[in-house]
Amino acid sequence: MSGVLNSIFEPGFFSSGPVHAALLTGAVVAAVSGAVGVFTVLRSQSFAGHSLSDLGTLGGSGAFLLGVGPLWGFITAGVVVGGAMDLAGSQRRNSRDVATGIVLGAVLGLSALLLYFDTTSSSTTGVTVTVLFGSLFAVSGFTVPATLAFAGLGLSALALCYRPLLLSSVSSDLAAARGIRVRLLGLVFMIVMGVTVALSSLIVGTILSPALLIGPAATALRLTRRPLAAMGLAAALGAGATWLGILLAYDSYHWPPIGDGWPVSSFVVALIFLAYLLSALRKPERRTETVYSENTVHAVSGAV
Amino acid sequence: MTTTHPDPASPATGPVLALDEVSIRLGGRQILDRVAFALAAGEFTGLIGSNGAGKTTLLRIVMGLRSPDAGTVRVGGKPLARRARQVGYVPQKIQIEPDAPLRARDLVALGLDGERLGPRLPSRTRNRQVDEMLEAVDAARFADERVGTLSGGEQQRVLIAHALIGRPRLLLMDEPLANLDLRSGQEIVELTSRVAKEQGVAVLLSAHDINPLLPVMDKVVYLAGGRAACGTTEQVVRSDVLSELYRHPVSVLRVDGRILVVAGSTVTADVLPPRSEPSVAAAVGRGVRA
Repeated sequence: MSGVLNSIFEPGFFSSGPVHAALLTGAVVAAVSGAVGVFTVLRSQSFAGHSLSDLGTLGGSGAFLLGVGPLWGFITAGVVVGGAMDLAGSQRRNSRDVATGIVLGAVLGLSALLLYFDTTSSSTTGVTVTVLFGSLFAVSGFTVPATLAFAGLGLSALALCYRPLLLSSVSSDLAAARGIRVRLLGLVFMIVMGVTVALSSLIVGTILSPALLIGPAATALRLTRRPLAAMGLAAALGAGATWLGILLAYDSYHWPPIGDGWPVSSFVVALIFLAYLLSALRKPERRTETVYSENTVHAVSGAV
Repeated sequence: MTTTHPDPASPATGPVLALDEVSIRLGGRQILDRVAFALAAGEFTGLIGSNGAGKTTLLRIVMGLRSPDAGTVRVGGKPLARRARQVGYVPQKIQIEPDAPLRARDLVALGLDGERLGPRLPSRTRNRQVDEMLEAVDAARFADERVGTLSGGEQQRVLIAHALIGRPRLLLMDEPLANLDLRSGQEIVELTSRVAKEQGVAVLLSAHDINPLLPVMDKVVYLAGGRAACGTTEQVVRSDVLSELYRHPVSVLRVDGRILVVAGSTVTADVLPPRSEPSVAAAVGRGVRA
């Protein structure tokens, strides 16, 4: 029995400091990402979420050149770029996408340049891998409380704006009619999304952080019709995938090639995708009726 | 107008909505020119005009989303300001994906407290209010469906419940019939009229066609050329009044209980075979669609 347990939880898993830090920050960040992701999907802003994380590359690579931690680069990029994208794009979805696309191209070009300088100045590609694919086991020291604080901030903002955000996601006119300042709310949400994406970039990297934002949310949408339940479920799915990913990555030190563990981010993203596929197996919910004759409707709903 | 409104604070003494000399220019065009009318509690008023006549602009001014260049708007005797609770609004359509995790009852509940900050605590009272409101608009059977999967007519019912659950004194509806088939449209009109009478709410419903509203309408506000004529259908929808409003000869024809507003003179269109004057068929397209 203990042999089986030992082969699942490799010796040292529960006593390792980096693992503790990874489990804590990973779960908290993934949970916030999942909850924010539900609103990202509700507001049809997945493209903006993708762009925010791609643009985090600029912050991450710039931070290494300046000699500060990548978290600060990601956060700065997320907040500045998120705010700029919201202010540049109008409320019309089409022009918003175009504005996002244009900024995206320009900033990614600049990121490529910075990553090149990072590589040449350190003579390794380590920085590039860290920025693009994350380094959860390397999260330590002051970064841990800082990450938790930012996650708490994002979650608080989301809880505070929950009802107005929900209403403005359905119709900005409906929200405005109730005196909600829709533009300001949109800006606040973009910044919350910028911070969230920055945090998940720390864990799974800028390329994979959209998966943490959109994946659990997309799965949760299939499983529940309630907004709060969807947020809770997405948070739990994200945290669960991250924990399982950390466990698998720790175990993978004993997988071939022996001695080199597999990256956490690949496991986390694969697990999120697996959950999404599994959720598709669930029989899609059907309306009880598609006919609009009053009598038929009553007959059908009476029979159910 | 008699009302069954439960709130004693809405006496029949003052109008629910009063516009006085409201004017606005947008993009160099005079959209509204000294528009004035008043609505009483429980009255169902059709806001009629062709596309671009300024119906939506007028509704946005009443909601306080736009400020007029001149004139005053009073809701319940109070000037344009913080009065979101007094005005319910039903938009023409909403943008929501079929898989969005939002049930009809969630959207109705947001009609009670959608603008409040912070998390919401569970409340039996609120749940009961939501159930009653859904029942009142015949939406109880799809209360737990996702809003995005509902048909246009069903979504309208949910939006009406959302707008009315906060017990407003005025209900604004922006072209609710534009995206509905004839039958659903008729159902929505009758439902709105019934619920509004029950709650003593004044309704201002915009449409480009007056006919679906004829059975329920107490009053009409007719918009054309930036100006408005207000009164009963008999007072307003007449050849002389509308000709004056359009600043162009217009004829009002009544056929099988339906109203047609056409350009040109009645004699030509009604009695004589078409000559060089525009025929009814040709003129309908140029006049207000009726």
